[in-house]
Amino acid sequence: MKPQAEEKPVIKAGVEEKDYSGAKYGMWFFLLTEILFFGGMFLLYSVYRYRFPGEFHAGASEENLVWGSINTVLLLTSSLFMAAAITAVKKGNNKLSVILQALTVVLGVVFLFIKGSEWGEKIVKGLYPSSPALLKLGKGEILYFGLYYVMTGLHGLHVFVGIVVILFMMYYTVTGKINKDYPVRLENTGLYWHFVDMVWIYLFPLFYLVT
Amino acid sequence: MEERNISERVSFYHESGGRRGILGWLLSTDHKRIGIQYLAALLTFFSVGVMMGLLIRLNLLSPGKFMGAQTYNEIFTIHGIIMIFLFIIPGLPVAFGNFFLPILIGARDVAFPRLNRLTWWIYLTGASIVALSIFLHGTPPDTGWTFYAPYSIRVKANIALAVLGVFVLGFSSILTGLNFVTTIHRLRAPGMTWLKMPLFAWTLYATGWVQMLATPVLAITLVFIILGRIFGVGFFDPTKGGDPALGIAIVGYFVWGHHMFTSGMSDTSRVIFSFITFLVAIPTGVKIFNWVTTLYKGSIVVDSPMLFALSFLFLFSIGGLTGLIQGALAPNLQLHGTYWIVGHFHYVMFGGGGFAIFAGLHYWFPKMFGKLYNERLAKLGWFILFIGFNTLYFPMFILGYEGMPRRYFDYPARFHTGNEISTIGSWILALGLIIIFGNLIRALLKGDKAPADPWGGRTLEWKVPSPPPKENFEEIPVIGVAE
Repeated sequence: MKPQAEEKPVIKAGVEEKDYSGAKYGMWFFLLTEILFFGGMFLLYSVYRYRFPGEFHAGASEENLVWGSINTVLLLTSSLFMAAAITAVKKGNNKLSVILQALTVVLGVVFLFIKGSEWGEKIVKGLYPSSPALLKLGKGEILYFGLYYVMTGLHGLHVFVGIVVILFMMYYTVTGKINKDYPVRLENTGLYWHFVDMVWIYLFPLFYLVT
Repeated sequence: MEERNISERVSFYHESGGRRGILGWLLSTDHKRIGIQYLAALLTFFSVGVMMGLLIRLNLLSPGKFMGAQTYNEIFTIHGIIMIFLFIIPGLPVAFGNFFLPILIGARDVAFPRLNRLTWWIYLTGASIVALSIFLHGTPPDTGWTFYAPYSIRVKANIALAVLGVFVLGFSSILTGLNFVTTIHRLRAPGMTWLKMPLFAWTLYATGWVQMLATPVLAITLVFIILGRIFGVGFFDPTKGGDPALGIAIVGYFVWGHHMFTSGMSDTSRVIFSFITFLVAIPTGVKIFNWVTTLYKGSIVVDSPMLFALSFLFLFSIGGLTGLIQGALAPNLQLHGTYWIVGHFHYVMFGGGGFAIFAGLHYWFPKMFGKLYNERLAKLGWFILFIGFNTLYFPMFILGYEGMPRRYFDYPARFHTGNEISTIGSWILALGLIIIFGNLIRALLKGDKAPADPWGGRTLEWKVPSPPPKENFEEIPVIGVAE
């Protein structure tokens, strides 16, 4: 969720103005719905792969394992930076935290760049949904590439949203709205980023390692 | 003393947060203002849906005389989309839930008030996108509200837009559920233990979970349909190796098969799905027995909310029992895709959900608006609505049993009498609705001022003035042991 720029306490005296646990509840619930959202795609993948195991393997041989592996390393490292950024805020070092968040963003951007060039490479080859070249292939391969584009595409969209959210968090860390007494926004952003990371950890073997 | 103090507080209608006019509403984070806005939107959509429904019935009175077949397909689709996605599904939680959940548990607002406001905007956006799909250049959706693939992937109509609208609405639904569940976990007043929490708050808690668990799965399926139409990704398109039944399966989750007994699946899976369908009846039956036995030996005051509640029980029971009949394998083969299903569906959705919303509306109207409506007119409206409802929908069971297929533009002559009765019923029902809403609008304009507690209610909303002040409670109430 995009944070709102303006902070205005709606709940007056008597009730905790900042409910740390409440914010955490909200984020975990949100991630639960995200898991279900991606779950539908993983379900489709399983059913179709079960029906067309051979063609899925053939499709996966189109993937570039080197770039896939590099991207995996990038995203995992970015999660490490994110976790470190949270620890830094908790220790009162907002400056360090901003740097670490910036590194997270940089790795996220590189990830998207690599992912984009992989897509580009395939599109140049004529492999995209409903392309003439693709429709000539077997049904299993059509489905494989459909799933590839949809799943990595929606994942990429999540990475992009994550980057935007982290940029906001960097701003809040600089202004001190995120601080060691109330780091929950950054913590929640971290949870989201790790979630996106974990989705990739499943996507990587399903598309790159099944050959 | 304290009583006088609270009644002197300004109502939330007069606290716009320093913003003028419509912005005081659109930008408000007050759960009550948001609830009222949802209610207004819902009832507006409901009226449009009713008009569409009347047009459907008008065509079936004399097929072809009033509209062409394509128009008919579009109208029943739009009727379904509006009624399901814009009225019944958001209905109770967004309007009454927003207004009453915080008050019922003794809180000043929901857990995430600004998220709540965002959710309202998302709802408006989704609804506008759906409306665009109807009015924009090209053909309005004509697939039926279920958007079943592969037809919805191939047909030339503004499906992608309508589906996108529903997807956006789903977002709003998820966030509402998330907000309510967190609110109930975090913001109950001291002493408001889980088991002391009013039943409506429990209902919202359960609904919140359902919204979080079911909507994302629906959402991803809708994404597939959109991608299928725009980019030609063919997950549900047989020519591209996809399986349309899988789309229905993902949406339907556990009991998808009960829509598909006639689609050629194996006997084993049909028996299993039929069994699971019967299982659905168990909690429903328990609920109905519970409600009925709650009435037993009670001293019942038959006010208009009670009449709506009682007729809800009656109509919902018919909906449930007919559901059992079509859930059984053998009769299903006869009833599948007939008017029986339409009858059943409306008894459950309108007789159940719709009447429950009306019951809530009449029960809480004095609290929400601070005005009293005319009780005799409310009862008259209820009576005519009830008669009209049964005249409209009961003949559908007979028509369906005799084999009249649903969604068709025309029918053989032998089905004419049933359709005639049904259409006349639709006019009676419309008259009932006009009386009901005319009465409520009249109350808004010149009704008597409502006291804090016109019913002798025991839950917290009756302890605050009608309409409640901003943030509900001066001091958060402590719920004692005695009450």
